[in-house]
Amino acid sequence: MAVLHSAPKYASNEGVIDAISETISVWLIDAAEAHGEVIFRVQRDDAARVLQTLRDDHQYQQLMEIAGADYPDRAERFEVVYMLQSLTKNHRVMVKCSADENTPVPTVTTLWPNAGWLEREVFDMYGVTFAGNADLRRILTDYGFEGHPFRKDFPLTGYTELRYSEEEKRVVYEPVELAQEMRSFDFLSPWEGADYELPGDEKSRGAPTVNAVKTTERASQTGAGVAANAEAVKRTTAKQKASDQDAPGAPDPTSKEGGQ
Amino acid sequence: MSMQREESLTTTGEVISNYTINFGPQHPAAHGVLRMVMELDGEVIERIDPHVGLLHRGTEKLIEHKTYLQALPYFDRLDYCSPLCMEHSYVLAIEKLLNLEVPERAQYLRVLFAELTRICNHMLNIGAHVMDVGAMTPNLWVFELREDCLNFFERASGARMHSAWFRPGGVHQDVPEKLLVDIGDWLDNRFFQLFEDAMSLVIDNRIFKQRNVDIAIVSRDDAVAWGFSGPMIRAAGIPWDLRKSQPYDVYDRMEFDIPVGTNSDCYDRFMVRVKEVYESAKIIKQCLRDMPQGPIASTDGKVSPPKRGEMKQSMESLIHHFKLYTEGFHVPAGEVYVATESPKGEFGVYLVSDGTNKPYRCKIRPTAFSHLQAMDFMSKGHMLPDATAILGAIDVVFGECDR
Repeated sequence: MAVLHSAPKYASNEGVIDAISETISVWLIDAAEAHGEVIFRVQRDDAARVLQTLRDDHQYQQLMEIAGADYPDRAERFEVVYMLQSLTKNHRVMVKCSADENTPVPTVTTLWPNAGWLEREVFDMYGVTFAGNADLRRILTDYGFEGHPFRKDFPLTGYTELRYSEEEKRVVYEPVELAQEMRSFDFLSPWEGADYELPGDEKSRGAPTVNAVKTTERASQTGAGVAANAEAVKRTTAKQKASDQDAPGAPDPTSKEGGQ
Repeated sequence: MSMQREESLTTTGEVISNYTINFGPQHPAAHGVLRMVMELDGEVIERIDPHVGLLHRGTEKLIEHKTYLQALPYFDRLDYCSPLCMEHSYVLAIEKLLNLEVPERAQYLRVLFAELTRICNHMLNIGAHVMDVGAMTPNLWVFELREDCLNFFERASGARMHSAWFRPGGVHQDVPEKLLVDIGDWLDNRFFQLFEDAMSLVIDNRIFKQRNVDIAIVSRDDAVAWGFSGPMIRAAGIPWDLRKSQPYDVYDRMEFDIPVGTNSDCYDRFMVRVKEVYESAKIIKQCLRDMPQGPIASTDGKVSPPKRGEMKQSMESLIHHFKLYTEGFHVPAGEVYVATESPKGEFGVYLVSDGTNKPYRCKIRPTAFSHLQAMDFMSKGHMLPDATAILGAIDVVFGECDR
């Protein structure tokens, strides 16, 4: 497929998969190129070895990012994705392994010092543990936070909220109370997505009755509602009274109203 | 502040061994909400443990609940000092998944405004860095220029800071011709003069040099290993700039130089930014010179919305508009990692799509994470007041760091 987009262009992916697969074939599950990205899926227990091979033998000097992702349908629900960059070859690859809550991923803090915080973040957000990381504290969430918020089964609203309590003179934590129910709009298909009835939908249920001819001779027939009908009657009577009193040639009072 | 007292081994008197102090979370030199637990030996820093996350808003989780277009404004709120550069990575990631062609004028406009954002960001950082080490005046002067930049953003998008102007497929609206003329005039008649004046107060200033030269020297190998990027890696003498090595939009047509440092200290980081401002100005001028006429957003009606005028005439446009602003566009399944050169360094977006109208996962790679993490290693053995200089030279914004 021809490249039409204008996203960053680095060195060609040609031959990269073969060259790298050869050296990491023992640990490799599969390798693929899609959307211009080279992705290696490897065994979890050997992830650190793969990354070391890539760093030392293939010149991927920098670890730019470790991303977690949650796929609840899979047997091992989490994915840990490493983004590597080569300054000398001007190229990027991704390495990923799957993990579970109870299956620690080997740490890469021994390879790159900046992996510490990146692993802490994945742990904080998803609960994936890293064997060998000496400082696996939470990093982004609050002190004393419970749960792993980026998991797909963690609600967007969370479970606790905090406020400053004037009585206790400190910040207090309480269960979330929403003044309005959390709404989630499913626009995946606006034509058939809604499972509630919109005003007017009731008409579609039965065949329309067209026995009576529809007229609007009286205010009550316009369908404007009781309040509007009463208002309309007042106006017409007031107009009649006014036109009775006015001198001939005087401007019509309705035009005054219209100008307001 | 807690103090541990113990008997000295050499003298019989009591000595204070180590302080542990809290720097922040509310401190003018912390550049936002950063808490650093510092262990001091007298006035010398032994260890720093930065606590981040006080501004964590769960942006990535919120993005998973929004359509691709609705998620865009969140990016303005990451690094609120360079909002358009944040959007840049995101729209490029979407375009990469869609393999969407962007019209030339839109690419030029994006580069032009990304560079204007870079100037805007550097004005803030240069000013703040100078102020962190004790000078007041230059900050006030460069803020004038920052204000000018913000006015340009307002004229282009209607918003000074949270522009939401870059869109998948191009930009939101074309700019008035007068704005382009004014940007050119501003560069020629006002910008260089004011900026040079401000910098002449600092660059050779003895106090400024004493506070910055030889502070937090990072070797080339360390800079690579710690995942540095942007001015931080360039100050270490590595000419690495994603605009040059991995060009996106029309950066491959631009002529500009990559300033690098020689000493890799805070002064070099500062000077790299100062020089980068001039390079950005160069790029802006080239954009103004070469920008063609033409559409400013993709002509693919399935991704970018139709013009209002078209909607009055064409039923197809009307349907496109309705579908785009309710359902949004669908992005083919797949995953990409797209990184651009934001003013602070490599800003990346790892976007996973499952083929629907919402991102399945959007991981944001903040520049500050790897830089701030090195704070401990860079500050070790330096004095307490140096910590502010080091922090200033990192250029950290917590909207982006904490997400």
